[in-house]
Amino acid sequence: MNTLAQPEQQTFPPALNGDASWYEASARQRIDGLLDAGTFTEFLGPGAREISPHLSIFDLPTQFDDGMVVGQGRLNGATVLVAAQEGKFMGGAFGEVHGAKLTGLLRAAAVRRVPVVIMFETGGVRLQEANAGELAIAEIMRALIDARLAGAPVVGLIGGRAGCYGGGSLIAGCCSGLAISELGRLSVSGPEVIETNRGIEEFDAADRPLIWRTMGGKHRYLLGAVDAFVDDAIPQFRDAAITLIANAPALNLERVALVQSTLAERLARFGGCADAADVWRALGVAADVDVPDLEPAAFLALVQSLKEADHDVR
Amino acid sequence: MEHLHYRQANQRPADASASVSAASASNATRNAGDACTPVPVASAIVGVVASGNLEVLVERALPDDLCEVDIRTSATGFADVWQAVIADFADRGALGGLRFSINDGGARPDTVSLRLAQALRAMAGGQV
Repeated sequence: MNTLAQPEQQTFPPALNGDASWYEASARQRIDGLLDAGTFTEFLGPGAREISPHLSIFDLPTQFDDGMVVGQGRLNGATVLVAAQEGKFMGGAFGEVHGAKLTGLLRAAAVRRVPVVIMFETGGVRLQEANAGELAIAEIMRALIDARLAGAPVVGLIGGRAGCYGGGSLIAGCCSGLAISELGRLSVSGPEVIETNRGIEEFDAADRPLIWRTMGGKHRYLLGAVDAFVDDAIPQFRDAAITLIANAPALNLERVALVQSTLAERLARFGGCADAADVWRALGVAADVDVPDLEPAAFLALVQSLKEADHDVR
Repeated sequence: MEHLHYRQANQRPADASASVSAASASNATRNAGDACTPVPVASAIVGVVASGNLEVLVERALPDDLCEVDIRTSATGFADVWQAVIADFADRGALGGLRFSINDGGARPDTVSLRLAQALRAMAGGQV
C-alpha cells in the first residue's frame, strides 16, 4: 500500500522556527533545519533497530538509532550526506554502532564524492563500549581522510550542549572546515577529565568561565582552531556549512605540511601561556577588552582587527 | 532492565490508515511547510532515551484491529503503572494497526502519556 513518495519518518519535535537555537535543538531538528525542506532521507533509521550490542550488559537502555542520525539530503540544492549526534542520549558518546554509521557514511562519500556535514555533539567514546568506540574513532578518521582525498569536503558544526570532546574532537580536527558558536566547546580532554588526572590546581572543572575561555567557541576561533564563528541559530549554521563546503581546501601533502608548520608556529608563540587570556593578549587584544563579554558582532569585529583574522589554516 | 509487552485487541483502525497511499501525492507541499492536509506516515519516532525521558517508535505493522506496545525500561517493578498508562491510552485512541516500541530511561507516567500522544499525532502527519 505504500508508494515511493511516502515519507518514511515523521520526526519529533517538528521543524523549528527560523531563528531557533542550535544548542537547544535535537539531532533530528538540526538536520531538518540544516537541509532544504523535506529533502532528508535517513539511512538505518530507528525502524532498522540497529542498537548497541553492549549496553544491555550494563543494564542500560538502548536507543533505536544509537544516538547517531545519518542520511542524505540537499543543501542549497546540492546533494550532501549528513550525520548528527544526539547529545541527550549518553552525552552523544561514540559506541560501536554509533561510530559505524558515521564510518559507512564517510565511505559512501569517498565513493560518491559528495560533501559531508557532521553535526558534532559528543563527550567522546562511550565508556561502556570503550574498545569498540576507540576503534570506531580510528575507522572514522581513516574514512574521513579517504573521503577528503577523494575530493569530498567534510565539514563539522559544533554548538551543542555536550560540546565536542574526546574522540569527537580528533575527528573534528580532520575535517576540511569547522564552524562553532559561542556555546560550542572543542577540546580533547573535558574539564572533569583534566581535573581528575592533573588535579584541581591544573583545571577546576567547576569554574565555568574557565571552561568557556579555554575550550569555548570564541577562544577556538581566536586561536584559529576553527574556521567560522556563528550565532547560536540554525540558519547561521546552515549558511556556515554552505560556505565551508564551497571553500574546502583540497587535502594533499602541501596542505598537510602547511598545517603542520602553522601548528608548530602556534605552539611556539602560545605554548608558554598559562591562561586563554594570556593568548588573547599575545594576539594583540587590548587588556581592557573582556572577550567573553563581547556580543557576537563586536567579537567578530575584534577578530577582524587582528592580523590572525585570516584563518586560512586551522 | 525490564521487558513488558501489551497487546490490545478490538481496536478501531488508527486515523487515516486506509488513505496512506492516496494522500502521498501532497507530500511535497506538506514538506515545504504548507499548512495543507496532514499526511499519514508509515512510522514515526518521538523523544530521546535519557534520564526521565523515553523514545517511542510507532510503525503501521499490524492487522487493523490490533495494537501492541513493547516496552524496555531501566526502571523495574512498575508493570502495573505501565499497564494503567497503556490501558488509558488505548481507551482514548484509535490504535488499530500500530506497534509502539518504547525505550525508557525512567520517565514519569505523565511523560509517557505525552510521548504516546505525540507519537500518535506524528503518525497522522500532524504537528506534534
